[in-house]
Formats: sequence, C-alpha cells, structure tokens
Amino acid sequence: MIAGALSLPAAIYLLLPPRARREDQWVEAGGVAQLPLRTPEEVVFRRNRVDGWKISSEKATAWVVKLSEKDVVAFAPQCTHLGCAYHWDARHGNFLCPCHNSVFSMEGKVLAGPAPRPLDRYQAKVADGKLLLGPVGEAQL
Amino acid sequence: MIRLTLEWLEHRTGVETAVKNFLYEDIPASSGWRQVLGSVAIFCFLVQAFTGILLAFNYAPTPGEAYNSLKYIVTEVAGGRLIRGLHHWGASMMVVVVMLHLAQVFLWGAYKKPREATWMAGVALLLVTFGYGLTGYLLPWDNRAYWGTVVATQIAAKSPGIGHYLSRLLGGEGAIGVVTFARFFALHVLILPPLTALLIGVHVYLVRKHGVTPEAGDTAPKKKFYPEQVFRDTIGIFVAFVILFLAAALVEAPLGKLADPTDTSFIPRPEWYFLWLFQLLKFFEGPLEVAGSHILPGLAVLALLATPFIDRGALRRVRQRTLAGGVLALAVLGLAGLTAAAIATTPKTQEAASETGGPRDWQQLSPEELAGIGYFRKENCASCHAAGEGGARIGPDLTGTAIRKSAAWMIQHFKSPQRMMPGTSMPPIQLSDAQLNALAAFLLKLNPRNAQALYSAPQYAVEGAMVYQHNGCAACHQVNGAGMKIGPSLDGLAQRRSREWVEGHFADPRKLSPGSVMPPYRFTPRELERITSYLLAL
Repeated sequence: MIAGALSLPAAIYLLLPPRARREDQWVEAGGVAQLPLRTPEEVVFRRNRVDGWKISSEKATAWVVKLSEKDVVAFAPQCTHLGCAYHWDARHGNFLCPCHNSVFSMEGKVLAGPAPRPLDRYQAKVADGKLLLGPVGEAQL
Repeated sequence: MIRLTLEWLEHRTGVETAVKNFLYEDIPASSGWRQVLGSVAIFCFLVQAFTGILLAFNYAPTPGEAYNSLKYIVTEVAGGRLIRGLHHWGASMMVVVVMLHLAQVFLWGAYKKPREATWMAGVALLLVTFGYGLTGYLLPWDNRAYWGTVVATQIAAKSPGIGHYLSRLLGGEGAIGVVTFARFFALHVLILPPLTALLIGVHVYLVRKHGVTPEAGDTAPKKKFYPEQVFRDTIGIFVAFVILFLAAALVEAPLGKLADPTDTSFIPRPEWYFLWLFQLLKFFEGPLEVAGSHILPGLAVLALLATPFIDRGALRRVRQRTLAGGVLALAVLGLAGLTAAAIATTPKTQEAASETGGPRDWQQLSPEELAGIGYFRKENCASCHAAGEGGARIGPDLTGTAIRKSAAWMIQHFKSPQRMMPGTSMPPIQLSDAQLNALAAFLLKLNPRNAQALYSAPQYAVEGAMVYQHNGCAACHQVNGAGMKIGPSLDGLAQRRSREWVEGHFADPRKLSPGSVMPPYRFTPRELERITSYLLAL
C-alpha cells in the first residue's frame, strides 16, 4: 500500500505534462510586402519559449510561402520524418530533406521518401502588412 | 514454474536463505513495540532518498536556477507539491523518529556492553541526520535558506583553530554564493546518503551480531522476528507514513521569497530542530560565544558517544533506571525550553516575507523600491514588459513568478542584456548603479496580485521617492523599516509635522530642530513639492 502511495505520485510527477503556462500566442515575423509571391522564403524571427522553469528568447525559422498579400502559409522547418532541417530546392521546385530524401511540394504535401505526413504548419495571419505566427500544428489538408 | 524459478534464484544467489535468515532470526521474548522505531527511522531515510531523487529530476542546483526550478516543481509539475511536501516534512519526521529511537535505547540502557559500537554508530547516524537538515536547508534558495545558511557558515567559521579552513571547505568564505551552494548540494546528495547507507549497514549488522537487547530479567525462550515483530514494524511504518502523507498533502511546505542578500528586514531562523542551538547562542556573548556554538554542543555529542562507557552498570529494569530517566527528562526539558524560548522571541513579521504576502500597495514599499517604479517608467520598460494591466508582451511578463531572478542577475542583465540572455532584443539600460539597484528592488517585490496596485503608484510619490533615494536620505532615516535610525523614522510624518514645517526643515534643519546633524537641502521647487508630498503620504 505504501509502495502504491509513493509510486503513483512518482509516476504522475514524472509522466504527466507540467501545467501549461501562458505563452505568447502570436509573434511578428516581418513584413509581408517584401516576400516573393509563390516562392518559399526562409524567415528568421524571435520568440519566447517556455523551457521548464525558464522562458528563453530564441531564434526560430519558418518556410513561408506567400499565396497572396492576405494569404500566407508558414511551414515548421523540421521534416516530419525524423526532424531534420529541410530546404527549398529551387531547381526542382520542391522541399528536400537531406537526411532520408523526403520530398514535399510547395503546399507541404509528401511527394516522395519516408515522411509520414505533410509538413507541419505555424498558424499564420497577416495584420497591417505584418506576418504573425502562432503555434505549430499538424497540417489539415 | 514459479518453484523452478525460485530454486534457480536460490541456487545462484542464495536469496531465499538470506530472507529466511533475516525473518527467522531469534529475538528476545520481551521484544515489543519499542523496537519499532529503528525500522521506522530506516523507512524515513528511504522515503527521503526516493523523494530526493524525484526532486532532482526537476531541480537545478545553482543559486541562479534553484529557486525557479523548485517553484516550477511546486506550481507546475504534476504532483510536484506532494513530492516536495513528502521530502520537506519527511526531514522533520526523520529527526523526530531518530531522536525517539535514541531516547528509547537510552532509557532501556540498550547501549551497554557489548553494544557500545552499535550505540556509537547510532549517534553518528543522528549527526548525519542533522547534517541533512543543515545542508538541505540552503537548497530552496529562498530568504529562509539564504539567511539561515549565512548564520550556519558564520558559526562554522568561528570554530577554534579550524574555523578558517572549515569556512573555506564549505565555500562560505567571503559570501554565500555559487561555491557554497555547490558544496552544500554535494554534501547533501553525494556524501551524506552513501555515508548514511554505510552507517545503517554497520548499525544493523551490529544489532544482528549482538542481538536485540532483552529486557532485564527476560529469561523466557526466544521468539522469531517473523511474524510478530515484522507485523509490529509494518504497523509502525504504516502509521508513520500516513502521518507523513497527510502532512505533505495538507500542509504546504514553506517556500519564501527568492534569496535576497540586500534584504536587511529578514529575520533569519534555522529549522525547528536547530532552534535550541540558536537560542543557546544568545546566552554567550563575545569571547564566550564559542562556548555556546562549539564547546557545549561538542561536549553534548561527546557525552552521547561516551554514554556506554560512563554508565557501565548491569542492565536493569526501566523503572529502576531513575538516573537515566532524570537525565533524559532534563535533556528533553532543556531542548524544549530553549526551542520554546526561540519561538517566543521570533517576531511575527516573519510571515510577511512569504510569497503569498509581499507589499499590497505602494505605501508599503521602501523609498528605494518606490523609486524603482520611477526608473521603470522613465526607461519605458512597459513598452516591452507587462507589469500590471497593460504593458506589452514582447519581453517576459515581470509579474510572473516564472522568471524570478536575483537582484545581482537583474542588474547584470540591465547593464548588458545580451550577455545574460544571448539573442535578446532588449537594449542596455543607462542608469547609475544605485538606480539599477532601485529598479531591481522594485521588480523583486512584484507578484501577480500586487502588480497593478504597485504600478499605479501616484507620480508625485514616485518622484518624491526618487528625490529621497538620490539624496541618500536612507543613510539616516527609516521608511517602512528600510534605512538607518540615526535620524527619526519618517513613517507617519503627517501626524507629527505640517507641510510648512517639513519644507522649512529641508531649507534649514537646525532652525527647526536645534542640534540636528542634518545638512540643509537645496531642492528645486518641483523636487521640494514632490519629496514633501511623498513623506506626508507615508
């Protein structure tokens, strides 16, 4: 009984996620006007990340595709296979992951390779000509 | 299948025989409930080890991070408050159980020949238990921890002959800092636990070697450890655990404010089991101090160790051991009396320093803290940081408990944000050291409940406090307990003096207070109006 009374809180302590802390929902990631139309651009921005008991300000990147002045898609920069950083292959017009050769279309769809799902996306919106990025989620295609 | 596995285990490891030897050991027929305490003490140690390891999974043992990580454990990690509660209250329970065990063995004379070494190993375990209390006290890095350890290391530094080296060994030379912290943490988690395990091993081995002490005149045939005594031990451990679990679940373990070496208002007190020693020190002053801090406690430990050699008489019934009973009663009375005296002399204001307290409005701030609001406004910090309602969200929310830092860290960060937080977009703050101190002092007082009330302090008071701080008024006067007492306290000034008097006093103090050592102050009209209004609002 004592072992149970100790190991249950211990399991909860180690396995349950910590209480979620309020995070900044939207961060500014530059102006939309200077982004090229329908060509992915790697955008570097700064955001606060909750890391245990610390909030650290860190650099983050997104692959941003401007579909129109009002409609922008921002992909999280990790391959959905094993998290490698992929890049835009301008010659073939798609995203290529150098680790295991996953290939994604400009819309983030898997074209080839072992990636199990399309590229993850930041929530993105445009306000006053500025690109605002929110949390990352799986793409709803 | 199970039988085959057990046979294999027995053949390869002998574990079954070992368990049988352990359970079917002969013990005196007179064994009973009083022998339960030793097992409960070992259980307490195991709970401390278990919960300590769990805490270490989320704890960062450096002064810069310890407090924040502990706060994270108790406020955000699932079950963290309970685990910390078990560790905190478990420490007190271990002290109680070990002392009860010692008292029982003493009263029954169970230390007598041939059990002298068993007793001495037990005394060593008592000292190790106190060692845990001493070293663990620092680890939350709150004001209690910091100031308690300041006192403890100062006592160590005064040890005759070896004080200097002891102080260096504990990293307490100069000031309490990262080195002290690392040493205390290393002692607490790397040195003491293996030492405890070793001493428990020696202690239990000796108990087994000499057997459990029978009551005087017990000539009845021996019985086995299992099942009767095992049942008693289990009940004892269960009762102890229920008490501990309830304490951990219902009573929040204290965590004060972040350690602040500049907080002169904090009244240091050690943990309750050291209060008697703390009180004892008050009776010895000057050159005699060492008698209270070292000689008397040292003699007490020596007397404990030498008990089996002092009392060498034959084992007698407890009721006949009147002298031993008297000594124990005196010791209990002495310790309880000293502890009660220490509690009675602890001012109640101590509670105000707890995290849930803190100043509720600007009138409770010291002038330095209030001036900090002025620098916060002047430097336009709210354009990036939230403090109260409004305030942008570009930088971290300064009212949050999540990003608590020490004053020293903040000041370094103000001067050179990039160095302390690489990649931050915050510009360096161009203020003097005294002004940065004020800014840090204000931020340390912020919490989510009081942020709005503090930040909305009227501008005249804030400017008045800035004038007060700029002119170093605190070098002679006290406001809200901060500052020196060379001149009169300025709290409640409006009840004693009029505006004209205060303004006239600044211009020519000796005219209104003959014999005053206060120099005249030439303020601009605005400065004079602000500082006077501020002082009259106190």
